[in-house]
Amino acid sequence: MSSDVAARPIGFSVAQYAICLKGIVWREGLRFLHQRERFISALVRPLVWLFIFAAGFRQVLGVSIIPPYDTYVLYEVYITPGLMAMIQLFNGMLSSLSMVYDREMGNMRTLLVSPLPRWYLLASKLIAGTVVSLLQVYAFLLVAWFWDIEPPLIGYLTVLPALVLTGLMLGALGMLISSGIKQLENFASVMNFVIFPMFFASSALYPLWRVREGSPALYYVCALNPFTHAVELIRFALYGQVNWVSLAVVCGCTAAFMVGAILAYDPSRGFIARRGPGGDA
Amino acid sequence: MKNVEPAALSVEGLSHAYGARQALKDVTFSIQPASFTVLLGLNGAGKSTLFSLVTRLYGTQRGAIRIFGHDVSRSSGEALRLIGIVFQPRTLDLDLSVEQNLTYHAALHGIGTRTARRRANEVLARIGLSDRRRDKVRDLSGGQMRRIEIARALLHEPRLLLLDEPTVGLDIASRADMLDHVRALVAEQRVCVLWATHLIDEVSESDDVIVLHQGRVLAHGAVARVIADAKAADIRAAFTALTRSAAGEESSEAA
Repeated sequence: MSSDVAARPIGFSVAQYAICLKGIVWREGLRFLHQRERFISALVRPLVWLFIFAAGFRQVLGVSIIPPYDTYVLYEVYITPGLMAMIQLFNGMLSSLSMVYDREMGNMRTLLVSPLPRWYLLASKLIAGTVVSLLQVYAFLLVAWFWDIEPPLIGYLTVLPALVLTGLMLGALGMLISSGIKQLENFASVMNFVIFPMFFASSALYPLWRVREGSPALYYVCALNPFTHAVELIRFALYGQVNWVSLAVVCGCTAAFMVGAILAYDPSRGFIARRGPGGDA
Repeated sequence: MKNVEPAALSVEGLSHAYGARQALKDVTFSIQPASFTVLLGLNGAGKSTLFSLVTRLYGTQRGAIRIFGHDVSRSSGEALRLIGIVFQPRTLDLDLSVEQNLTYHAALHGIGTRTARRRANEVLARIGLSDRRRDKVRDLSGGQMRRIEIARALLHEPRLLLLDEPTVGLDIASRADMLDHVRALVAEQRVCVLWATHLIDEVSESDDVIVLHQGRVLAHGAVARVIADAKAADIRAAFTALTRSAAGEESSEAA
């Protein structure tokens, strides 16, 4: 039998890496499709903002001509990129929640005892979460189109790479946070301390020059918020343009969050090693 | 201990602490290929910690673990692909079908869909659940889920199967059923099994046993020899005698 063991090939081929990635994306997609409520709430959340909040605020907030817009735009049009980013923010945090759930339920172990390198498993998981967020964003854009949010047709294509990047960034952030969450119940604090501040202290709902008029201090907070740059990257890309500063910030943050998450899930130095077996000792 | 062929699992001087609490203390043992070894210990003895270290969920702090000669820390990929594991908590996706769960697991091992389907059919046929292939896992009974988990752990054809308290929550008939099934695997497919349990009646005369108590190995070897060394009548008496004398040593150390 030892010869049987010795006869096995050492290492993994590129095809095996691809099979693994495909398997993880496929499972994430299946789970998403099975949880219909999750899809509906992912869609309803931004639509509530679009249909109700934006309609109410239309008269209160005038938006002047700022790039990438070359004309006055309706408030609904202005907040659409912000809502797209919001979908990804929630998706990133919810998939981090599902990682905590998986960890409590043990599914996470199935993933982590795979013989492929752990960084690759986490990266695949991240890509899978991003793919799911893309489905949600395009479903939202479709509904928004009937609400007269009509970016240029080419915009639907040019926004795709931006959405991939922002999806990865927000997913990696969620993964990093998930490594620090001990229990499912702590998700309420993630809402309070991560999602709401990130969303409101950004250019999602109001242009930053407006914020500056109100509070210069808050303006700097917003300008430093990675979420602002996610929103701006999407906003420009939706009109076929590139916001280079935002692109750089989003790329930098994606890399930083990813490295952080991989280190956090590293068996020898990460949080899980220090935390101990918890309930399963 | 040092045979020509490497031990299926060899653990040397393994210690692990969670902060101040020492979960494993200088654990050393090895198990041979195609053997059935029971890891016997009460709750909190360190069984789950040991499994987490062997499967590299946690990094080793002190000591070494080798799977068929592959060091878990240094060549974890090679070590992990030789292991199949059934964890104590259920780790199946309840909303996915049996087959989807199995192909997902295969993908994590780099096994393509076609091969995965073929092997899934084989393992399902062996456990008599072929007709439940397309059913959601949620609709299966506890015993059936456990059998699926074992089938899943065998999908990538591991040489070492680790089971962490696999009979917890099962009725007596399913328990006996599962033990028979896993023992048959050892006999027919020469899979090496490490079976962790706190239930002494799961130990049979022909097994090897490792008695783990408060993070320490108190005895290790063939059941008959462990009983003889402890000068006991059966394994239950031997276990009681071993843990009692360990408790005595502990209190004299403290004094």
